Amino acid sequence: MKVLVAVKHAVDHNLKPFVDATTGQVDLSQARRVINPFDEISIEEAVRLKERGLVTEIVAVSIGGADAKDSLRHAYAMGADRALLVETDVRLQPLSVAKLLKVIVEREQPGLIFLGKQAVGEDYGQTGQMLAALLGVGLGTFASALQLKDGSVEVTREVDKGTQTISLQLPAVLTSDLRLNEPRFIKLPNLMMAKKKAIETLAAGELGIDLANRFTVIKSNEPPQKPGAVQLASVSELISTLRKAEVLQ
Amino acid sequence: MSILVLAELDGNKLKGLAAHVVSAATAWQKPIDLLVYGSQVEEAAKEAATLSGVARVLVAQADHFAHPLVEDVQDLVLSIAKEYDVIVSAHSVLGKSVIPAIAARLDVAPITDVVEIHAPSSYVRPEYAGNIFSHVENHQALQIVTVRNTAFRPVATDGNAEVVSISAPLSRAISNWIKEDLNHSDRPELGSARVVIAGGRSLGESFEALLSPIAEKLDAAIGATRACVDAGFAPNDLQVGQTGTLIAPDLYIAVGISGAMQHIAGIKDSKVVVAINHDPDAPIFKYADYGVIADLFTALPELDKALQ
Ligand SMILES: Cc1cc2nc3c(=O)[nH]c(=O)nc-3n(C[C@H](O)[C@H](O)[C@H](O)COP(=O)(O)OP(=O)(O)OC[C@H]3O[C@@H](n4cnc5c(N)ncnc54)[C@H](O)[C@@H]3O)c2cc1C
Ligand SMILES: Nc1ncnc2c1ncn2[C@@H]1O[C@H](COP(=O)(O)O)[C@@H](O)[C@H]1O
Repeated sequence: MKVLVAVKHAVDHNLKPFVDATTGQVDLSQARRVINPFDEISIEEAVRLKERGLVTEIVAVSIGGADAKDSLRHAYAMGADRALLVETDVRLQPLSVAKLLKVIVEREQPGLIFLGKQAVGEDYGQTGQMLAALLGVGLGTFASALQLKDGSVEVTREVDKGTQTISLQLPAVLTSDLRLNEPRFIKLPNLMMAKKKAIETLAAGELGIDLANRFTVIKSNEPPQKPGAVQLASVSELISTLRKAEVLQ
Repeated sequence: MSILVLAELDGNKLKGLAAHVVSAATAWQKPIDLLVYGSQVEEAAKEAATLSGVARVLVAQADHFAHPLVEDVQDLVLSIAKEYDVIVSAHSVLGKSVIPAIAARLDVAPITDVVEIHAPSSYVRPEYAGNIFSHVENHQALQIVTVRNTAFRPVATDGNAEVVSISAPLSRAISNWIKEDLNHSDRPELGSARVVIAGGRSLGESFEALLSPIAEKLDAAIGATRACVDAGFAPNDLQVGQTGTLIAPDLYIAVGISGAMQHIAGIKDSKVVVAINHDPDAPIFKYADYGVIADLFTALPELDKALQ
């Protein structure tokens, strides 16, 4: 069975973003980009399935600029078999990304399709759900464990007060949650090897999809900073202060 | 035209989320229909009808909604969607799963995790784990939205809406519910508790023993950091933060928590934040209103005693 993994070249989650005062927009010009952490988890899961002989081929797909090849190389270094870049210089919104991924899914015919539960940055958390709906296939969001069966997959999902297990007919779309696995550490030789591998490139504009944005971010702002804690000498002082402030009875 | 709000059930009861989502939906000042679906909906429909501002409660009862699957909820909403120009849901696990799917089938981009609504088509939503707030203008005729419930005060329960039965499409049966493992606790629910006390990984094996007596005295919910959950000291439904539960209590007490960006993202709507940490430079003190620099293993028993 073939597995397709969507990989976003996303803003590093350790980075504290800031707003450019003149444009009123988040300044990403210097922002380091890396593979979206949830997509790294997806690749890891696909590789583990392949190591257990349940999967024959792993195709990593990214939509973005030429720099997204870095994340595809990361996928190669972890064990992906093929990488595909749908190239565009425009920052696409999730609906367009889902439509482009649908084109690739129809071409590749994977049995299982992994996306991340959200991409760090805009934190939309939409693309996987949209892709499943457009394909008319089953959807398992927030996957924290899975088990392949004959023609189906059993997915354990993180829900409000615990977990839920559902079974989906294949093909199906899953969105990876943090606890699905712990991605492996990439060894340097693997990374060197990944640099030599070919990345097939398609132009996003030539796939017959309407890529127009549906909403506009007018401006962004950073939340007001708090002044910092009033330090209290002891727990008893804390309690008397909270009582005085009528936070505690 | 009017507004469709999606409700959710917890067992056969209406989830408290609905009162927040209805409150958000009043921003459009148009009639609100509240959709309730389940296998036993009578009790929830009655509760829904009392929510102030709801014009009609639409009730879809079907066996397959005992454990609603995303495809089936999609099909139900799509069967009535053309009557609405706004569709709103909570940014809950179910809302997050189902709303983008519904939107995609209507060829609409949804606006998710909204914390402010400027009707008819402008929104504020957090990005970058709550470090940025973006103002979004939606250019589409149909507005499909999920709202962060903690950002909207619940409506009152003095309403008396009309209850209307609607029929549910058949289940598509491309997926099946198998089981649920839910943690039952008598404590208040994390997402709506008035007081939350949370611990980090440094509490170790004594997490529950240290926090539960205090939680009981304060009628508080207990929360944890991801590091604490990952280390196996707390169950994962206690995780507070960007990838856990978002909370908005009147009082949040963070014990042995460093204050990582992803944790802070989940507590930003708390009214008063208290931090107890032995490291004076812990980032949590930047977000806290009150701090105590102390070893938690002595501070927590002291706190417990002082509350007696
Ligand atoms: C994509 C992503 C999503 C994430 N989502 C979340 C999330 O939703 N929620 C979340 O919480 N984290 C999340 N994290 C993890 C987050 O970055 C931090 O690693 C985590 O919050 C740290 O937990 P901690 O404060 O328990 O541990 P640490 O960072 O190790 O901090 C321990 C703290 O305890 C203090 N301490 C130690 N011993 C004592 C003592 N005896 N007395 C008093 N104080 C003591 C230390 O001074 C320190 O400040 C996420 C990370 C990533 C990458
Ligand atoms: N430009 C992209 N290229 C490849 N995959 C993407 C892209 N954008 C989003 N995705 C996938 O969709 C998931 C959720 O993203 P989002 O809906 O933007 O939060 C990500 O974890 C990726 O798996």
